[in-house]
Amino acid sequence: MALMPSLYTAALRLTRNRADAEDLVQETYLRAYRGYGGFDEGTNLKAWLYRILTNAYINSYRAKQRRPQEDELDEVEDFYLYRRLGTLEASRVHRSAEDELMDFFTDDEVKAALEALPEAYRLPVLLADVEGFSYKEIAEILDVPIGTVMSRLHRGRKAMQKRLFDFAVDHHLVPQPEEATHG
Amino acid sequence: MADCDDVLRDLFVYLDGELSIETRAQISAHLEGCPDCYEVLDFHAELRQVIAHRCREDLPPGLVARVRSCFGDGAVGGGGGAGSATSFGAPASFRLPEPPGGPLRL
Repeated sequence: MALMPSLYTAALRLTRNRADAEDLVQETYLRAYRGYGGFDEGTNLKAWLYRILTNAYINSYRAKQRRPQEDELDEVEDFYLYRRLGTLEASRVHRSAEDELMDFFTDDEVKAALEALPEAYRLPVLLADVEGFSYKEIAEILDVPIGTVMSRLHRGRKAMQKRLFDFAVDHHLVPQPEEATHG
Repeated sequence: MADCDDVLRDLFVYLDGELSIETRAQISAHLEGCPDCYEVLDFHAELRQVIAHRCREDLPPGLVARVRSCFGDGAVGGGGGAGSATSFGAPASFRLPEPPGGPLRL
């Protein structure tokens, strides 16, 4: 059960609900148990469990959602957050940049920024940036080509940065942007 | 030799550790001599740490026991190392692969 905290973290980011996340983790272990004979020794066990979790989520939980999935994201410029926070952060002296960036956002804000991504983008970002899976592993978990993983990561990360910047604005850490970037 | 545009284009793939050895070496060489690109890289490396750190969840109390109860009390993960795989219900011949980081357990 050493992987359960990671699986629960992923389940909660997917379901956005603690009760559903617990059910999803339990369902994942049940499916893993039933499908155990199908485990290939060449497979990474953690990636295999994430694939089961992802499929269980898609089969069981997404079907319950009434609202349609939005699969598109607004176009966001590259290095969105850096272009707005990077120089501000670097100008503060006597504190390490890492502490500064860590202090910009609360747990709830980072979680909310990730959960705000449409599912097609949330999963690759979660698997890469929170769980540290390789592109190849993510491609196998989600059953999509590696090129798709890369493009979704690229767009998902940018969209998440934009959301994080909105939180920084809310804190008055940065001035309100003059141009209308909240499209 | 990689220029700033090359570095910025491949920055995330570099951070993801997914570039070829040659491209990675070219970008590393550029980063050593270019404080501007290094700053961008540093920011995103730290942002990733912030995201990973802030998204962690503690297991809710009782979840381990609840999942265990599905398999019979103490049947899952009660033992140590790969040996616990058999108590999980897998055939006795089944052995979990052991990655370099040590044995993984369910």
